Amino acid sequence: MATTPSPGPVRLRVRRGSGSDPSVFRYDSFEVPWEEGMVVLDAVHYVQAMVDPTLSARWNCKAARCGSCSAEINGRPKLMCKTRVDSIDGEITVEPMKAFPLLKDLVTDVGENWKVAAMIPAFSPKSPKAREWKFYQRDVERSREFRKCIECFLCQDVCHVIREHEAEYIGPRWVVKAASLDMHPMDSLNRSKFMKDAGGLGYCNITKCCQEICPEHIVITDDAIIPEKERVVDRRYDPAVWLYRNLPRDQRQLEVAIKKVLKLAFWAALLAPLVAVPILFLAKALLG
Amino acid sequence: MVFSGRVEASEVRAARVSSEFIIARRRAQLLSAVNLWSSRTPPKLVAKDDRTRSERTCDVLVVGAGGAGLRAAIESHDAGADTLIVCKTLLGKAHTVMAEGGIAAALGNVDPEDSWKVHFSDTVVEGQNLSNWRMAEIFAKEAIDRVYELEEYGALFDRTPEGKVSQRAFGAHTYKRLCHIGDRTGLELIRTLEDQVVKRGVTVMDEVAITRILRSRESGNATGALGIDIRTGGLILFRFRALILATGGCGKVYQVTSNSYESTGDGLALAYRAGAKLMDMEMIQFHPTGMIYPIGVRGLLVTEAVRGEGGVLTNAMGERFMSKYDPKRMELSARDIVARAIYSEIVAGRGTQSGGVYLDISHRGAEYIRNKLPSMYDQFIEFAGVDITKQKMEVAPTVHYQMGGVRVDPESGETSTKGIFAAGEVACGLHGANRLGGNSLSDILVFGRRAGAAAAVFSASTVAESVDDAELEKEVDRVLAPLSDKPGTNPFWMKRQIAKNMWEHVGIVRNKADLDAGLAEVARLGEAAAEVRAPGERAYNQAWLDTLQVSDMLLVCEAIIRSALARTESRGAHTRSDYPRPDPKWLANIITVERDGKMKHELEPVPVPPPELDALINRE
Repeated sequence: MATTPSPGPVRLRVRRGSGSDPSVFRYDSFEVPWEEGMVVLDAVHYVQAMVDPTLSARWNCKAARCGSCSAEINGRPKLMCKTRVDSIDGEITVEPMKAFPLLKDLVTDVGENWKVAAMIPAFSPKSPKAREWKFYQRDVERSREFRKCIECFLCQDVCHVIREHEAEYIGPRWVVKAASLDMHPMDSLNRSKFMKDAGGLGYCNITKCCQEICPEHIVITDDAIIPEKERVVDRRYDPAVWLYRNLPRDQRQLEVAIKKVLKLAFWAALLAPLVAVPILFLAKALLG
Repeated sequence: MVFSGRVEASEVRAARVSSEFIIARRRAQLLSAVNLWSSRTPPKLVAKDDRTRSERTCDVLVVGAGGAGLRAAIESHDAGADTLIVCKTLLGKAHTVMAEGGIAAALGNVDPEDSWKVHFSDTVVEGQNLSNWRMAEIFAKEAIDRVYELEEYGALFDRTPEGKVSQRAFGAHTYKRLCHIGDRTGLELIRTLEDQVVKRGVTVMDEVAITRILRSRESGNATGALGIDIRTGGLILFRFRALILATGGCGKVYQVTSNSYESTGDGLALAYRAGAKLMDMEMIQFHPTGMIYPIGVRGLLVTEAVRGEGGVLTNAMGERFMSKYDPKRMELSARDIVARAIYSEIVAGRGTQSGGVYLDISHRGAEYIRNKLPSMYDQFIEFAGVDITKQKMEVAPTVHYQMGGVRVDPESGETSTKGIFAAGEVACGLHGANRLGGNSLSDILVFGRRAGAAAAVFSASTVAESVDDAELEKEVDRVLAPLSDKPGTNPFWMKRQIAKNMWEHVGIVRNKADLDAGLAEVARLGEAAAEVRAPGERAYNQAWLDTLQVSDMLLVCEAIIRSALARTESRGAHTRSDYPRPDPKWLANIITVERDGKMKHELEPVPVPPPELDALINRE
């Protein structure tokens, strides 16, 4: 192991505030003794144990597996347990995620995510399960990448649609979730209508910030969002698909379709002279 | 063709209008219910001495949202019980996400010779005959169905070339038996169960810490629990007819552990204080391979799958030392044996400079490693700057699992207090003196489901009773007491002292002098714990929660040390240097129970399996 000489104490600056009045906040500075391989969460723990026990920070596994300790470190959404202090020059400023309501200090309320999760049409197998399903490793690989997600919600935090516009967009994490279900070899649903309407997928304008900051290195935009957008386009906007979907399937639908066409023809016949006559008149007048 | 003018047309129009209306309304409902990212009512401040508590009533209260808790909740909900899940951290963050290698079940997909009988035998033999045979039998039989069920819930297991669920080799399993999802099996398991819970609409109250289980004065049944809503700091009184403890283990009472923040043994303390019996508390599993560098991640797990995929252990001299300890199974020996072997090498001075041994997988090639062990690759690159496709890992034993726990009925998971059920790591009986890798994931599914079903039946057959108000008021006093801005001991510091004491005195090899010293230190820390204070407001006050955990942790430490002192032999994970051999007279479970406010121990002989099952056990 390479041992680097101690670069002196770590200077930590933490945004303090309470959810009861988010407009009141301050920045506290601490000096933390340096240790080799130290991460930002270690520094926060030092402050809690040795300086100020009222500092709140959510954490759990401290191994980049659970996704609890999300924060903004020098303005970048990161996991505190995965950010080594020696990767940052100078002072380290830690702030809570801005896209979620503040609870206390570095802790935000990410509970809204579960409401969104409940909206996504759940995994629905093609057939009731026989004892065993047969599919192959190559079928698994497509969905595998999305299942690495640790739900740290950093992608939701960095997404400017959620952060700045509060638009009705479910956000990168939940597009990844939908993609993981859509690409399950045994899933039977098509989620494109949901993604277009309630999911608000059209709001994403592919700035790719989410895939840049994902701590699990999921290529969110290229592998999940764009294919999901393509699915929507294929299904909702392809004229051939549109026509096919709107073909009458039984007698009743056929009658309705015929009536529609007849009605259209009737109005066209009625309105055509009304539109055509003034145009002709105008044209004649203009052309002299 | 029927073409009957007006009636038909108006019907059609009405139908079309109503369907458009329904779509619009549904969309509005969805959006308003979800209100996606804009529901921002700030929480109110709760005063320090505010004793009011909101109330929640349900049939079955599940405490803990790891694999066991979620599986229990699914079963209880499906059985028709009004089920509520509470958990101390966020939903989906439980320690189950850390499980890596796989889930053990005798599917026989890779080794067709495998069957539940061999799995049963492996489990009992490696449990050093301390396991409950009935639990092991149920476990080995039902694990298979639970894996297929998990697949039906949407989990995507790695496949064999024939398109079946793939299985890998693991320590002390006779055949290749671990169904896996790369090395993220636990993550997939918890996401899958989480989806099922969300799909069913089971209510989950995350970030709620239960501080005490309250009993009815008349029947002694558990009927209520006091909890803290961590987000606001407010108190909640839960009323229920059955409670399922699925709170996981107590690894955090040790300094070097692979366990998460929340594994502080609260469930054990809750059960003990509600009069339930604890069993085999001395049985703490040390995982042979934890990271040792850098200090910040010391103890972080290096999955057994590294050895399952062909990883080799060597000491500082380059010797493949496992040939001295278990020449037949080498690196894939049982965890207690490998952990003791590594410990012996380090103690004998054949360890590396930083106090570990080497684990090497680089001979399998970079692509294979990145494919089969992606998390391990990331973990070493990012935390230690070591590329495991080229370099050796440095590892040493780390506290991983607690085989002991709350004593339960093998069939239903019912504890010795009526109305409390337990499943998963907090329960005891399956793993005996040593747990096999991969058995814990099938354990939580098999016994989680059983506890859920049994709790639903129990809740339907009992009437709701009131809680003991005097006990409730006393508990509110206890919970609110540490909230003070007066100077006192720092709870975070206190937790470090507790963990340090256990690591130094109740480690992998124990003796009477060390255990006595550890017990004395626990008593001293217990006195100091009265001075622990939690300053600041009540909302998300971690110091306050940790203060309450300190008393739980001290209780668990005392139970571990007293049981370790009582067991004067070496068996499985419990090694005494002053009693180095297993002793047949110790084929007994040590029960820890509260009698007149004191911790008492009782012995119960291990139940003897019926002859037809005994014949299955391969004791070679």
